[in-house]
Amino acid sequence: MTTLTRGPQAPALAARARPPRRRRRPWMTITLFVLPALVLFLLLVVAPIAVALYASVFRWNGFGGLPTDFVGLDNFTRLFGTEVFRQDVWHLGVIILLSLGVQLPFSLAIAMLLHQRVRGRAVYRLVFFAPYVLSEVITGVLFSLLLSPDAGLANQLLGVFGLESEWLADTGTVLPSVFLVMTWKYFGFHMMIYLAGRQNIPEELIEAAQIDGATPWRVFRHVTLPLLGPTIRISVFLSVIYTIQLFDLVWILTEGGPSHASETMAVTMMEFGFGRHQVGYASAISVVMFGLSLVFALVYQRFVMRRDLEGATTSMGDHR
Amino acid sequence: MRRTTLPLHAIAWIVGAFILVPIVYALLGGFKSTDQLSTNPFGLPDPWVTENYTQVLGSGSFWRQLWNSTFIAVATTAIVVLLSAMAAYVFARFAFRGRELLFTVFTVGLMFPFAVAILPIFVMLRTLGLLDNPLGVILTQAAFGLPLTIIILRGFFRSVPGEIEEAATIDGCTPFGFFWRILLPMARPALATVSVLAVVGSWNTFMLPLVVFSDETAWTLPLGVQQFQGQYTSDIARVLAYLVLAMVPALGFYAVAERHLIGGLTAGATKG
Repeated sequence: MTTLTRGPQAPALAARARPPRRRRRPWMTITLFVLPALVLFLLLVVAPIAVALYASVFRWNGFGGLPTDFVGLDNFTRLFGTEVFRQDVWHLGVIILLSLGVQLPFSLAIAMLLHQRVRGRAVYRLVFFAPYVLSEVITGVLFSLLLSPDAGLANQLLGVFGLESEWLADTGTVLPSVFLVMTWKYFGFHMMIYLAGRQNIPEELIEAAQIDGATPWRVFRHVTLPLLGPTIRISVFLSVIYTIQLFDLVWILTEGGPSHASETMAVTMMEFGFGRHQVGYASAISVVMFGLSLVFALVYQRFVMRRDLEGATTSMGDHR
Repeated sequence: MRRTTLPLHAIAWIVGAFILVPIVYALLGGFKSTDQLSTNPFGLPDPWVTENYTQVLGSGSFWRQLWNSTFIAVATTAIVVLLSAMAAYVFARFAFRGRELLFTVFTVGLMFPFAVAILPIFVMLRTLGLLDNPLGVILTQAAFGLPLTIIILRGFFRSVPGEIEEAATIDGCTPFGFFWRILLPMARPALATVSVLAVVGSWNTFMLPLVVFSDETAWTLPLGVQQFQGQYTSDIARVLAYLVLAMVPALGFYAVAERHLIGGLTAGATKG
């Protein structure tokens, strides 16, 4: 894909692409072309987020214009004091750790495997990526049936070995089970990114290391892995941002249960906002999600991604 | 150098089974009765029951949801691609003060999790009377799709040589004429990529339609699937049939647009 390359020559092109004749009324063209997008964006993206920030310091049931019952930081102190929210934070940490420690290494291993000239690799790639196009609702309903404790396929299979599990119905196994479903749906996506990154590494570098007598592991560890750095950093970034706002899958699989054992911030927010009409309090939760994403994005881009920033911004929206 | 590839194949087969078994189970399960599912979970259906599928296909609600999802996806895509292309054209080919600032406003939008905005959006759509109106979902989705689409298209528009624009201008082309008759046709591959991303994104959204549509006639497929499971909890075979039929359009679209989808998703991530 060369479409996104923005080499050093690009600004020069843009400058040259400004013939004198258009100078007559460029402002009109500029305004007419940008305004529709800008209005839509300000109205439905920027304004709602501003309202969420504003509403988080009010007690508000969501009715009657803007909120008026100012309560300062009460919503936040109440939030940080509740057990459910602390669990949300804990679950976020656990899922991020599992994603970075298990899901992404697994995706990377499979990508490396498929980069070899395995026969049928095109078919494998197609199959491994397929769950990504299924909605989280379809995925969730499918797995809630597969993992159902009595009639589900998983227990019927494992029952042969006497290894049945309660899966989504037990507080101890529910989070790993949700993570299993996430992996089923998303490892192919990360694998695809790694494959694309691996294809951009010149084979000469790998061959040079091999000729110097490096073992396959050392080639991977000291040549392939560092060169995949930018790609890995982006997939880590996408994975974390996705996890912060995890909702659909959890809502379908467990609605956060049993007894909040798989609840996420977004689930808590939806319950309070729509279930109990505590919109101010729910907004405080969404502000925490917003703050986490923002701080993470800024810190990560500043200290971890630095120069490979360009690519990062272009594929962030797709997990929504 | 070349070792046996047998272990590699074994691993690929195991992973492939992990992916495919749930889908195949659903496909075959739809041809069983729910009794068969518990007595004969692994084998082929015996006898093959087609009622689950035919009943779903014969129900008006499935087709209505399919239509709603399609309409919303197409409308969202049309709006987001058109508005983004216009904005990206300006960001790519006009030099003016404040351009980078304005562009940054859009790109920062990528960092906003959609969930953060859902409550105010709901309140706003209610105030505007857009609840239970497809427009509420379409416009919101389009707005949140703008940043990614603008970034991708701007990158592509920038790569179009300036000489082409000069030639067009000398031949009397207005800025709009250049955009409409030259730039957009040239950008067809990029437009296909962003359209595919927009369609898939819209097709799969759940949170937004969940809060906007309470009226059953406005439901999209994800809402329908969720509701169907709730309604037929005990009739698993029928739920599986519904699931499989709901998967068909997405998988079919994937089969057709696979290259654009993967190209679009990986292009940004590997900047090559």
